[in-house]
Amino acid sequence: MSAETAIKKVTEIPAGEVARVREWIDTEEYREKNFARQGLVINPAHGCQPLGAQLAAYGFEETLPFVHGSQGCASYYRSTFNRHFREPAPAVSDAMTEDGAVFGGQNNLHEGLENAFALYKPKMMAVFTSCMPEVIGDDLTSFIRNAKLKELIPQDFPVPYANTPSFNGTHIHGYDAMLKSILEYLSEGTKVEGKCSGKLNLIPGFDANTGNYREYKRMLEAFDAPYTILADISETFDSPLDGTYRPYPGGTPLAEAAEVLNAKAIVSVQKYATANTVKWLGEASDKPMEVMPMPMGIAKTDAFLLKVSELTGKPVPESLKKERGRAVDAMTDAHQYLHGKKFAVFGDPDYLLGIVSFLLEMGAKPYHVLCSRATKKFEKDMKALLETSPYGKGCNVWVNRDLWHMRSLLVTDPVDAMIGDTHGKFAARDAKIPLIRIGFPIIDRVNLHRIPVIGYLGAINMLTSIANKFLDIVDETCEDRFFEMMR
Amino acid sequence: MYQGEDKKPIPGIDKADTTKLIEETLELYPAKAKKKRAPHMTANDPGCSTCAVKSNKKTVPGVMSARGCAYAGAKGVVWGPIRDMVHISHGPVGCGWYSWGTRRNLTSGVAGVENFSGMQFTSDFQEKDIVYGGDKKLETICREVRELFPLAKGVSVLSECPVGLIGDDINAVAKKMTEEIDIPVVPCNCEGFRGVSQSLGHHISNDTIRDFIIGTREFAEPESPYDIALIGDYNIGGDIWAAKKVLEEIGLNVKAQWTGDGEIEKIAATHKVKLNLIHCYRSMNYMCKVMEEKYGIPWMEFNFFGPTKIRESLRAIAERFDDRIKENVEKVIARYDPIMQAVIDEYRPRLEGKKVIVFVGGLRPRHTIGAYEDLGMEIVASGYEFAHTDDYERTYPEMAKGTLIFDDASEIELEKWVEHLKPDLVASGIKEKYVFQKAGIPFRQMHSWDYSGPYHAYDGFPIFARDIDMAINSPTWGLVKSPF
Repeated sequence: MSAETAIKKVTEIPAGEVARVREWIDTEEYREKNFARQGLVINPAHGCQPLGAQLAAYGFEETLPFVHGSQGCASYYRSTFNRHFREPAPAVSDAMTEDGAVFGGQNNLHEGLENAFALYKPKMMAVFTSCMPEVIGDDLTSFIRNAKLKELIPQDFPVPYANTPSFNGTHIHGYDAMLKSILEYLSEGTKVEGKCSGKLNLIPGFDANTGNYREYKRMLEAFDAPYTILADISETFDSPLDGTYRPYPGGTPLAEAAEVLNAKAIVSVQKYATANTVKWLGEASDKPMEVMPMPMGIAKTDAFLLKVSELTGKPVPESLKKERGRAVDAMTDAHQYLHGKKFAVFGDPDYLLGIVSFLLEMGAKPYHVLCSRATKKFEKDMKALLETSPYGKGCNVWVNRDLWHMRSLLVTDPVDAMIGDTHGKFAARDAKIPLIRIGFPIIDRVNLHRIPVIGYLGAINMLTSIANKFLDIVDETCEDRFFEMMR
Repeated sequence: MYQGEDKKPIPGIDKADTTKLIEETLELYPAKAKKKRAPHMTANDPGCSTCAVKSNKKTVPGVMSARGCAYAGAKGVVWGPIRDMVHISHGPVGCGWYSWGTRRNLTSGVAGVENFSGMQFTSDFQEKDIVYGGDKKLETICREVRELFPLAKGVSVLSECPVGLIGDDINAVAKKMTEEIDIPVVPCNCEGFRGVSQSLGHHISNDTIRDFIIGTREFAEPESPYDIALIGDYNIGGDIWAAKKVLEEIGLNVKAQWTGDGEIEKIAATHKVKLNLIHCYRSMNYMCKVMEEKYGIPWMEFNFFGPTKIRESLRAIAERFDDRIKENVEKVIARYDPIMQAVIDEYRPRLEGKKVIVFVGGLRPRHTIGAYEDLGMEIVASGYEFAHTDDYERTYPEMAKGTLIFDDASEIELEKWVEHLKPDLVASGIKEKYVFQKAGIPFRQMHSWDYSGPYHAYDGFPIFARDIDMAINSPTWGLVKSPF
């Protein structure tokens, strides 16, 4: 170091510079630079695999999610679920530290299994990995076998496990891996030639809307069709407040899940979030295995109900037919508020296909559809869906782009509203458009995880929130002379 | 420090009973875990040197700890709140995504232009980055930051677990890129597997400020005897704005904020202030000590929770200055005292004698006690997620004899203690909140102020009092028991 005089002074950014850059980031020129990014990801719209694995684990009876890795990971996943559902989200980790890097994580896993089993008395522990054990290459198969050999947990205690590296895919892939592992584990040896449980097995996928689960059940009950939901988080994350804390308030009964290969039929409604589970089920089961789109909007709900009808041999019940009519009535009554409106939509692949489908039915334009981690296959799927409607014409699909890209899109090629999770609120605010909250996580509004967006009722709910948001904006922003009683 | 003066005893709380509760709690554990957990809980006895709890030890695997990791301490606490830098969550996408906007460290300035604290920057590691390393990508990222955010005044590189395991050299990249992009690029090796909690992340981050930032700038204005820095306030819900306001009212110049709504160049020039005032001792005592040793800057702890502690703190601060400040302090106290008394008069009758269990991070389990006591409430148990011995030493005298003091509690321990102590309020974090609300126990999040705040200083106390009253006296509690 030379003399002290060389030390620079604290500088203030001139107000003019702030104004200049503020304008600049809204320009086409900036958009071009922004889209040329090769390394930096800004405001992504996805989490990592183990988060999804944890959600899958919550869908099973008295199951304790177990994070093999650093303890901070478990705290992040738990708090993300706490904030979204405003519910407890118990999970343990085996708190790997530096010595794990040297010796591997077996000691931590063993101690963790023994303690968690004794303290929280689960019926099953679902083990999944965060970064550390994935990088150092821990062998879960032998670690868990050894834990049972050492009698840290009973021999017959179920410990399905999944490798869920965070540097690959997103939360939906971790969901898939854990779900597959749990079903594989529970169904081992339960398949009986010619046996049928009589139950339709429904796989909702990575869906953090407890209202959707209740809606699936209601529809299946209307058919009077026996069913099993794999994996059912509706009670786990929407349990009553009655003065007693229950660590395991819900989940699909393990015995019921174990019958998956003897199901009457299996239906998944998220092809991207359950791809590997479905692939395995297709091989392991000789029962009908169908992959349907999420039943969002009329056409996709129709398709879902027709499929249920076909698989169960029961007609679509009158009550649901009437419900369809009510949804169509609502959509027709309110079409004028959505027709021709442009939307930006972001989220997980399966949800996006559903939301876009609904918007097209309303004559709205899903103008920017963005998925921050997706495959070419998804891009093709989405484009094909847009091509089915004149309202999809000229709409754009953006894969592996983030919400900072989205911001550039919104300010250079604007839309009327954005649909997505809470993380979209900054881009929406900058673009001065409303954010309709659908997706995960929603951490700045209450109860939206309880309001279904699937089925005919879900279509009405989506319509209500979107149309009324537009009408609120008119009332809040119009000149006095245009402020009217009716809208 | 303990001066031999015990707090007023709390009726129904005594050492024998608490000791029995601890024994029963430990019975829940298998032998090995029991042995590990036993030294982490005690019945408070301020005069007893052997009654101390153990702390800052590894979390017992499988127990459901509330702790986070070193990365969380670096990103969420120390670096993340600095508003004019781009903070890169270096590694896979998750860590940055979960910590994005979830600490409530508010900032001012135009987002994306001169303020980047509310954004999530990540290198989003993929398999190939694990295999081939992420150093090249990090270089690209630094260049992209410079191009897309020309007003950014620095970059922090916050390593996630894989970075330290695959042998990347972020220090070399940071050195190279600091030259190339002409703003400081600070490498922070805060991988989540390091240490036992967030706490090491604080320490590592303090060390990087020491190594890369402090002393690299000087304030443009002439020095004054009233120049201070406000350390260890992260502006949760606007805390630092409330604290700064009072300090300015007593005539001090708050030259730098560490790190709530912070600016890196001002932090860099902090070696030129006359006194460092530290609120969160746990997360930033390291740099206070460094500045004391290297630059001779004295530092003192203070407490801005509740009028009693604010008053004590202001008078203690005044002692470090001349009569002008002393007079100002008395004027400020005289001005606010009646306002605070009105708050107490409104809420105290509704809260008198209510019992509280506190379980937070590294400061609030002791620092908030006075604010509850101003409202007539009693702290029956208090514990930290990631405190050290020096924190506990500061805690014992603040708590009544026989109360439960604990470290890194697991959820089942908390359940047991709440069941036994039957508090009227649990003051802890998001992971605990709904557990206790389901059990019918009022709860406030004391990391995030439960989406409220500020709670610091004179602006904060009326909000704190309102919130605590709301939590305990909400009519919804009357609906829990169903008539059928």
